[in-house]
Amino acid sequence: MKLKSVVTWTAVAIVGAVCWGVLALARGESISAIWLLGAALGSYAIAYRFYARFICKRVLQVDDTRATPAERLNNGVDYHPTDRRVLLGHHFAAIAGAGPLVGPVLAAQMGYLPGTIWIIVGVIFAGAVQDMVILFFSMRRNGKSLGQMAREEIGVVGGVAALLGVFVIMIILLAVLALVVVNALAQSPWGTFSIAMTIPIALFMGFYLRVVRPGKVIETSVIGVALLILAIIAGGWVAQSSWASAFTFDPETLTLFLVVYGFAASVLPVWMLLAPRDYLSTFMKIGTIVLLAIGVVIAAPVLQADAVSKFAFDEIGPVFSGDLFPFVFITIACGALSGFHALVSSGTTPKMIEKESQVRLIGYGGMLMESFVAVAAIIAACILDPGLYFAMNSPAGVTGGAVQSASEFVNSLGFVITPAELDAAAAAVEEESLVSRTGGAPTLAVGMSDIFAQVFGGEGMRAFWYHFAIMFEALFILTTVDAGTRVGRFMLQDTLGNIYKPLGRVSWKPGLWFTSAVVVAAWGYFLWAGVTDPLGGINQLFPLFGIANQLLAAIALTVATVILVKSGKLKWAWVTAVPLAWDAAVTLTASWQKVFSDDPKIGFFAQRDQYAAALERGEVLAPAKDLDDMSTIVTNSTVDGVLAALFALLVVVVIGNALVVCWRAVRSPEPLPTTEEPWQESKIVAPSGLFATAEEKKQLAAIGAPPNGSGVRTDDGSGGSAGKDGDSS
Amino acid sequence: MTAAWRRLRRTLRGVRWYLAELTGETEYDRFVEHRKRLHPDEPVPSRREYERIRHERLAQPGARCC
Repeated sequence: MKLKSVVTWTAVAIVGAVCWGVLALARGESISAIWLLGAALGSYAIAYRFYARFICKRVLQVDDTRATPAERLNNGVDYHPTDRRVLLGHHFAAIAGAGPLVGPVLAAQMGYLPGTIWIIVGVIFAGAVQDMVILFFSMRRNGKSLGQMAREEIGVVGGVAALLGVFVIMIILLAVLALVVVNALAQSPWGTFSIAMTIPIALFMGFYLRVVRPGKVIETSVIGVALLILAIIAGGWVAQSSWASAFTFDPETLTLFLVVYGFAASVLPVWMLLAPRDYLSTFMKIGTIVLLAIGVVIAAPVLQADAVSKFAFDEIGPVFSGDLFPFVFITIACGALSGFHALVSSGTTPKMIEKESQVRLIGYGGMLMESFVAVAAIIAACILDPGLYFAMNSPAGVTGGAVQSASEFVNSLGFVITPAELDAAAAAVEEESLVSRTGGAPTLAVGMSDIFAQVFGGEGMRAFWYHFAIMFEALFILTTVDAGTRVGRFMLQDTLGNIYKPLGRVSWKPGLWFTSAVVVAAWGYFLWAGVTDPLGGINQLFPLFGIANQLLAAIALTVATVILVKSGKLKWAWVTAVPLAWDAAVTLTASWQKVFSDDPKIGFFAQRDQYAAALERGEVLAPAKDLDDMSTIVTNSTVDGVLAALFALLVVVVIGNALVVCWRAVRSPEPLPTTEEPWQESKIVAPSGLFATAEEKKQLAAIGAPPNGSGVRTDDGSGGSAGKDGDSS
Repeated sequence: MTAAWRRLRRTLRGVRWYLAELTGETEYDRFVEHRKRLHPDEPVPSRREYERIRHERLAQPGARCC
């Protein structure tokens, strides 16, 4: 290591350590969010520079002389070498969603420290490792999907369990995300109008791109974003006008709209609705996240929440039930470790990567960015007054839904907020009420409007920023719902095609409608159950979603560990086996508690027994209001309990099967046959990191490629084909 | 032209290049290049035709995360 590098990295380490020190020593006093940011960024930098590099060099043994599938199979369509910075953008847009925004907000119930520590430590040792390792293994296998790798590496049982797991998990994911949108839009004419407008905007963009200016995506997106901003502003006018009642809906009606919308989006051609929406949401996503990062740094807000609240250990909190272990990890989910990323890492990304060593930037680096979003979200939630936070996030069953009763409930928790303060907070963002606006999105929007109003535009812009934030979250949740429904539909068509041939044909209309309807009905059922749940849908369903996502991560880490063991790298298997063991311990404990706990607030079946027994006696237990509510609770807790058990069972099967395979591999005198594609020489010259090193610049210059771009070496070594890069020449 | 102006133009060009690559706007150019190399004698589909084919392909979206 050169001296300059030693000095730089020592400085980074010191800054990170000082920030952690401040977080650790601050007790009973309010501290600035800057310390959280510093601790996060310092830790990311060290982890990226040292741990990710170690995994690449020693464990995966990335080999830049080996051609990637993008180079070998280049067909100009799905396989083609893509500039690493562009691919990072693609990959990030595909992995970033509402999960890392919602989870940390809910986890803020336990204070800012437990959530933040897990987001940072979890991403470094589990989440980013999973994303990078799966990306690498899939790349070495021509971009095979996680399901295919599970089948080939572990066996048919493991493969089928993984496939089934992915499908069920997707359904729960879609339901929970849709529930977040419903809770954010209910009784909010401003929000509902703005989101409704995204449909005609997307249709217009689709038409424009197809008929008027084919392929002009940037131009179309700029028009779309401008119309979107207009829709947010116009939402404010509509909310003030006599039209307001036309856009004010209860959650049940919004659920029906969403189900109909999901079905339409799944059967309509993609160019009409899905593709333009995707462009819009990508631009909004990246733009808003950049804005949020800048806002947090400039505004440097002070954290009002406790570092560790009493709900971490001593009492059961109102937002979600259960102790810190395992439920804070379940709730944070995507921001630290997300099984869903394994699907993206084994999907399109591995087919487009130029150089093997770029898996560090794209896999590990992309996930660090996602984790940073989660840190920003926990900051946004923790700068709110805790009284307001709990008034917004406790289910209507306990707050009573009115400012007076909510204030009393919050006081009973040991926090203070007056009814007048609750009214003022709602008025500041021009909403009817903020009481029991569960789901995380409204809380995050209040926090973001707080930060943005400080930096851009002052108090007068607060309501605009609130609805901007709601729009930003709802937009990409709806994109996930569109795409997720379609992905689910394809999986179903694929599977059912084995039983009845025509169903597998993508273009057969009745099959398309049937499978779309099945997928929509499945998540629609859970959405409906969540919306009408007297106990509050989010605190019932979110743990299921978290468990599901983390169990998918367990499947991905199992596949990775098996591949390491089978390829004779037993001594490095701990890199994925340790996070796997932790993840399995967390999720299986959570599932166990959700199924077997005697506490009706935690265990689904204990809850079922409690309400079923009361129902038999004809009693009504609060927060249920009548016997119908009682039987709804009994049904929901039964279904939720069965699902929690099913998820855990699937993963136990996969891990059990994997252990057998590992045992066989270790016992076998020779290494088991590899499923990797054979080595072929690579002719692409490209930097591995975000910026080219001096050495890489020299190599690029030798083939006549731009200093930060890439090019292809010709056989005689004399010259190269034209490189590609934007910021050169 | 001053150096600052040149630098600004270069940055803007970089941003435009990045967005065009990210959104797939340049996909058609790459496709044409690819077609001409592999099938030099065949006619190349027009942009309008290509965008339709491309959207058929996009009909199977990849997984999106939560």
